Amino acid sequence: MELFIIFLSAILVNNFVLSRFLGICPFLGVSKKVETALGMGVAVTFVMTLASIISYMVYNWMLVPLKITYLYTIAFILVIAALVQFVEMVIQKTSPTLYQALGVYLPLITTNCAVLGVAVINMNEGYNLIKSVVNGFGAALGFTLAIVLFAGIRERIENNNILNAFKGFPIALITAGLMSIAFLGFQGLL
Amino acid sequence: MKVLAERIKNGIILENPTFVQVIGMCPTLAVTTGAKNGIGMGLATTAVLVGSNVFISLLRKFIPSKIRIPAYVVIIASFVTLIEFLMQGFVPALYKQLGLFIPLIVVNCIILARAEAYASKNNILSSLFDGLGMGLGFTLALTIIGSIREILGAGQLFGFQIMPSSYQPAIIMILAPGAFFTLGILMAILNHFRSKNTKKA
Repeated sequence: MELFIIFLSAILVNNFVLSRFLGICPFLGVSKKVETALGMGVAVTFVMTLASIISYMVYNWMLVPLKITYLYTIAFILVIAALVQFVEMVIQKTSPTLYQALGVYLPLITTNCAVLGVAVINMNEGYNLIKSVVNGFGAALGFTLAIVLFAGIRERIENNNILNAFKGFPIALITAGLMSIAFLGFQGLL
Repeated sequence: MKVLAERIKNGIILENPTFVQVIGMCPTLAVTTGAKNGIGMGLATTAVLVGSNVFISLLRKFIPSKIRIPAYVVIIASFVTLIEFLMQGFVPALYKQLGLFIPLIVVNCIILARAEAYASKNNILSSLFDGLGMGLGFTLALTIIGSIREILGAGQLFGFQIMPSSYQPAIIMILAPGAFFTLGILMAILNHFRSKNTKKA
């Protein structure tokens, strides 16, 4: 039950993009088309879930026994960078089609603050391995949900006549604000 | 000194990271619930940016270009850890407020972008001023957004009551949606003036 609450809260209530402001760069950058947004979402989900597992192991099995927990920022960012590189190589070897689809987005994930964010949140909350995985996976699903919905709205905005000053980023930010209000509605859920 | 003035003007006005380049959006939106947090986050980022720019410029001839990105990331992460300790020691209240977003300075794209685009190609002094200019531009943007949100959302500025007591604070401005709206509208206003200027020219 507790796991379910963590999962649901990571997807809806504490949505990474719309209420915690993590991963805004890809959210604004690669959300012009639904397909690319979905590709980014899948890639992020993959990396974030794995990053939750590995950063948990590194923190609890390496940094804690050695009493160097204060180096967590450096350790986590290295883990994530190595992981992204590794995932890129594995996908390239095993599934060239998936690699073609995700190709461009994979290296970008290293600087996606949602990935480092989830590792730090898991550490601060003191989640165990299973809770960390559930939290990472849920947060990534929340990211995917938000970016796909957002891309859908932006595709429609493209065809509308809007004020010149609002074209591009301003209207995208206002749209995100309205979506964020909608997600505030989930606050009472848990 | 000419370099100083030029780099600082470039960072604050011509290439302002927030309003012109639109990078480093996560901390911009997340910590600007008040003017004080905006300044705190901005100065912390400036400190990291100056440190990493100087260091990377210093080592630019020694870092092999193939592994430069991991090298930059490690340098930046070390400075962030340093700043984190300093803030924890000297401004614990601010440290608590900014919380998660202090380690996340590592993945702030402004810092890596300046390392790659400027510090790795220029000498130490200009890299230092570049970091300072960019950092101050970022701080300024965060402070402006923070002030607007604090005034509208709490009727205060830097914690002091400035709106008349009859003013009903619009709570939404200090919640998540307010961040998106404030930045969106500010950028629309800037776009408007910019297009006006180019028409005149």
